[in-house]
Amino acid sequence: MSAHVLEEQETPVLWLHNVSADLAGRRVLDDVTFAVQPGEFTALIGTNGAGKTTLLRVILGLQPTSSGIVELAGERRGRRSVGYVPQKVLLDPDMPLRARDVVALGMDGHRLGIPLSPRAGRLRRDRVEAALASVDAIDFADARVGTLSGGEQQRVLIAHALIGEPELLLLDEPLANLDLRSQHEVVALLARVAEERRVAVVMSAHDMNPLLPVMHRIVYLAGGRAVSGTTDEVVRSEVLSALYGHHVDVLRVHGRILVVAGGEDEPVRPDGEEPGSVESGIVSVP
Amino acid sequence: MNALFAPGFFTNGIVHSALIVGAVVAVVAAIVGTFTVLRAQSFAGHALGEVGATGGSAAILAGTNPLWGFIGIAVVAAAAIELLGVRQPRSRDLATGLVLGAGLGLAALFLYLGATSQSTTGASITVLFGSLFVVSMQMVPSIVALSIVALAIVLVCYRWLLLTSLNPDLAAARGVSLRLVSALYLLALAIAVSLSAETIGAVLSTALLVGPPAAALRLTKRPTAALVVAAGIGVLATWLGILLAYDSYTWPPSGRGWPVSFFIVVFVFCFYLLAQLHGRKLTRG
Ligand SMILES: Nc1ncnc2c1ncn2[C@@H]1O[C@H](COP(=O)(O)OP(=O)(O)OP(=O)(O)O)[C@@H](O)[C@H]1O
Ligand SMILES: [Mg+2]
Repeated sequence: MSAHVLEEQETPVLWLHNVSADLAGRRVLDDVTFAVQPGEFTALIGTNGAGKTTLLRVILGLQPTSSGIVELAGERRGRRSVGYVPQKVLLDPDMPLRARDVVALGMDGHRLGIPLSPRAGRLRRDRVEAALASVDAIDFADARVGTLSGGEQQRVLIAHALIGEPELLLLDEPLANLDLRSQHEVVALLARVAEERRVAVVMSAHDMNPLLPVMHRIVYLAGGRAVSGTTDEVVRSEVLSALYGHHVDVLRVHGRILVVAGGEDEPVRPDGEEPGSVESGIVSVP
Repeated sequence: MNALFAPGFFTNGIVHSALIVGAVVAVVAAIVGTFTVLRAQSFAGHALGEVGATGGSAAILAGTNPLWGFIGIAVVAAAAIELLGVRQPRSRDLATGLVLGAGLGLAALFLYLGATSQSTTGASITVLFGSLFVVSMQMVPSIVALSIVALAIVLVCYRWLLLTSLNPDLAAARGVSLRLVSALYLLALAIAVSLSAETIGAVLSTALLVGPPAAALRLTKRPTAALVVAAGIGVLATWLGILLAYDSYTWPPSGRGWPVSFFIVVFVFCFYLLAQLHGRKLTRG
């Protein structure tokens, strides 16, 4: 699975050291430490309220920390080359922006003035076209972005994040609201991006299973605390029991991983999903 | 010809300056107003208009042009909204409501004093309903200068405004200061509202501000096109309004003419309805 070399000593793209953050007087992130290498695919897994969004906002500098260090490519608070896809973006159907305009804003949305020069315009159009193609969004490139489906908007936003050629791509639950097929497409797309462009991808999710085939590293969050490592290192009964502070079992069924808490007769997945709804066997790890 | 253009329409100096000033103000209102709609800040625009009326009527009492009082108070009110408000739209509306409440009391007082004082009778009507036909030629350079300031703010911050209206987090993640965008935008809004109030009055200024952009957003899916179409609709509504208002001097009941702002707002509303009908057809692709 991880033919990718984790022990290779490069400067990490992202490094968090003992990071804590408080929201409204409550500790939401507690002493979080992990590093992400170039080209690595990292899954940020946790239940509702575990602190995934807060952690991503801390990395972006949108949320102040109470203590600890966040370094991007060895620099404190350099966020020039970070792409971001926020959670639950609902684009207004009245927005006079086509999918391609949104992607172009990913390239120069922070600049001043109106883009008018025709030569720069042609270069711009080509780059936008390429970015749209890389997420298979050419078909709806000229549609008003707010009228697209959730999955289509998601792909446009990924192109928006990628067009600036970031070294680090942060995605907050990009698989929520997607059907199984679109989930697979988006995961495959992100894995390809990580592999081909050496972009480090950090993506949050409730469920690690759709990501198992592609992820190199997991950061497992519970109650603001985190453990990180390879899936085999982290997703184990002892490790997760210590993180949750009570006993949890890790079950591997047909290549799927279920984390279950409580007694044997009443397995409850920490994300609150009914155990009956788990379609084990449909998704499998090669 | 005379049925459409009343005699003297093209030779009357007052009409000339009304056409020019009306067009300039309509363009500013449409371009600033497009982002008022996209940022969901119509309430702030409306509040600045009402509060600005305080300044307008105070300026009349003090014997100067109402525009200066209007713009002064509108900018102060914009700053107050910005300082009180936080990023969430709801608290922003709350801050706007508070500023509006505080301003209206004073507006009522000044308008009352203005209406009862002999020398300024009719001035309150001007502040509330504006009049393109009494804009003096001396004011034209100031109106043009203010227009340039408001347009420059929007055009310089154009992509910031688009990105923040699309999603504030996306903008912030690219290093755009939401606070700065919001403050600059409110300044442009205060200017646009004051200029609209000068021509069509405080009460109706919001219509000129958000009407043409709301129509334009039904008709186009490109941001630059939306700005151009909105400006076109604003100018057209203003000119048609002036035309009918000039005609109306021969109309019943009094032969003193109907207010030009009335006609402009009616046309803006008609354009919006037409765009709404047409926009149904414009979906994807
Ligand atoms: N603005 C805020 N003020 C106070 N508390 C907050 C705020 N935002 C989040 N929190 C709290 O911080 C904790 C972590 O929230 P966060 O949004 O990071 O969780 P999450 O893992 O992203 O959850 P989800 O899966 O639902 O998106 C939650 O307990 C939440 O209640
Ligand atoms: Mg979240």
